[in-house]
Amino acid sequence: MNAVALPILIPLALMVLLIVIRSALLSRWTGVLGSMLMLVIAIYLFSHVNEYGILILQVGEWAAPFGITLVIDRLSSLMLLVTALLLLSISIYAIRFIGDKKEAPVFYIFFFSLAMGINGAFITGDVFNLYVWFEVMLLSSFVLISMGSTREQLKGGIKYVGLNLIGSLFFLAGIGLLYGKTGTLNMAHLAKILQYDEQSILMNSSAMLFFIAFGIKAAIFPLYFWLPASYHTPNITITSLFAGLLTKVGVYALIRFFTLFFVQDQVFWHNLLLVVAGLTMVIGGIAASTYYETRRILSYHIISQIGYMVMGLGIYTPLALAGAIYFIMHNMVAKTNAFLVSGLINRFMGSYRLKEVGGLYRQSPLLALLFIIPAFALAGVPPLSGFFAKFILIKAGIEASRFGITAVALITGLLTLYSMIKIWNEAFLKKLPENQEKDSPVVRIRFLDVLPSLILGLVTILMGVFAAPVFRYTMEAANGLLDPFIYIESVLNGIQP
Amino acid sequence: MNSIILQIASRYVRWLLLIFAVIALLRGHNYPGGGFIGGLLAGLSIVFEGFAYSPRYALDKLKFSPAGFIATGLILIMASFLPGVLTGGKLMTGTWVSLPFLFDWEVKLGTPLLFDTGIFFAVTGVTLLFFFSLKQDKQWK
Repeated sequence: MNAVALPILIPLALMVLLIVIRSALLSRWTGVLGSMLMLVIAIYLFSHVNEYGILILQVGEWAAPFGITLVIDRLSSLMLLVTALLLLSISIYAIRFIGDKKEAPVFYIFFFSLAMGINGAFITGDVFNLYVWFEVMLLSSFVLISMGSTREQLKGGIKYVGLNLIGSLFFLAGIGLLYGKTGTLNMAHLAKILQYDEQSILMNSSAMLFFIAFGIKAAIFPLYFWLPASYHTPNITITSLFAGLLTKVGVYALIRFFTLFFVQDQVFWHNLLLVVAGLTMVIGGIAASTYYETRRILSYHIISQIGYMVMGLGIYTPLALAGAIYFIMHNMVAKTNAFLVSGLINRFMGSYRLKEVGGLYRQSPLLALLFIIPAFALAGVPPLSGFFAKFILIKAGIEASRFGITAVALITGLLTLYSMIKIWNEAFLKKLPENQEKDSPVVRIRFLDVLPSLILGLVTILMGVFAAPVFRYTMEAANGLLDPFIYIESVLNGIQP
Repeated sequence: MNSIILQIASRYVRWLLLIFAVIALLRGHNYPGGGFIGGLLAGLSIVFEGFAYSPRYALDKLKFSPAGFIATGLILIMASFLPGVLTGGKLMTGTWVSLPFLFDWEVKLGTPLLFDTGIFFAVTGVTLLFFFSLKQDKQWK
């Protein structure tokens, strides 16, 4: 099955094409059409995995523990699908929001190189290969975050790269230790070796290094400082791109590692994960409620919501993992959408600061509708996707008798609601402040501006309306994670189920 | 920098570096070397000229943008995937052909060499891009 590598190869080919063409108009077309192609492939892979089960590619025909294996199981195919959806909507959004003719080609080149890194991280079955994809992501995101060359961006970008490089250092150290102990870096092989190992408590040192590395990527407490320091500096298109995708790759890696092969010292790890999850939720939520700038509020929100995903991993029942996967999907879509709408507010009012905007509800009811979908979804209002995501997690928490974390999750829900209502009140309901010029030119919002938001809003609603099939699928994905027998056997022995 | 010694030396050292770059590339499959090292050396040969004269001069003389090098490299890399896939194998499977050479010798050519050549060009391009970007005066607004 060579199609397994297509989520990596297509962005690579598109990058080359974009380097060659260099014209802004053609780049935009290539960007949008290329993203559509990636969505088509993601849908194909998704339906294939859904129907026939796990997909494997042994690159270069080198058999499993020796070569690099690409694996698409249910979780990976789901992540690929949501990623492709976000990429498509952002590639459309960028047409108008990356206005500069010189910047547009550069943006799309690194847009696809970021896409390649993210897709690669989702489908690789090899720990070192994962590291390579993380580096691809890091490099392209550094270019994107500093695109536009303002001092503010340089400051944010240096913090971003500095802290993420420290994360890479931990990652690499973890790989070194793991390879020294087991002699393999193939995930399935690791799982097989560590399953029956009596001495597997010795794995904790490597597991901790990986935990810190992925924790930095995922922006969990106390490792999240790079995120609020940098996410408000670049163009809003780029912030939306990062907000939906980057931290989730970290969470994905945590889930993959701590369900597949770091499963020895369960009591210690699950308690640690739950404590970290609770702190991440609360601190992110409280920090978000202190700001009056949409991008900063939403940035702290990313952190707060990462806590829910880690909580699902910490509870570690099939239901909880299904909830975590559901939550990741919901959050990727809704969070990106919220950032896209905050960009629209900025375009309309000329500011991200809530003190300087107002009266949007009267001026543009459409914008209000577009905002209210992701905002209510993030706050967990039924029948949108966020409600079901939180509901599953809380139900799992109560069933597993983890009452502490469940209470924290519920309280954080209120904090989220508070922040969202704050944006709603300040930007949409209250009157425009007196000192702002009344006759500020109202920018006409075109269809192309709101189209990405409409797409993502529709997905958010559909994920709520069709919660049952989505939940069933995430449940299957969670069962696949907790019983990795099929994963291990298909990778190592080439048994296709 | 404006040293006549460096400028004269760069004329010769440039070719030496390029020859070593190609040697490193070709022996790389079985011995230390390979596309990455070769690309670095090839990039250095132009960087050397950039130091001896000026980055502007070296870039103009090159007549080929660093991004062009990167694109060429990536195209070669993707081309090296094709033979393996077209002959029905998995992605990146090595495919080899033997060509007769002088006397009884044979030259074995394969997709790993094509891949390495791609890496060679891409790394050359990246080295040049780093150099020319660092030597450029950039204003952070």
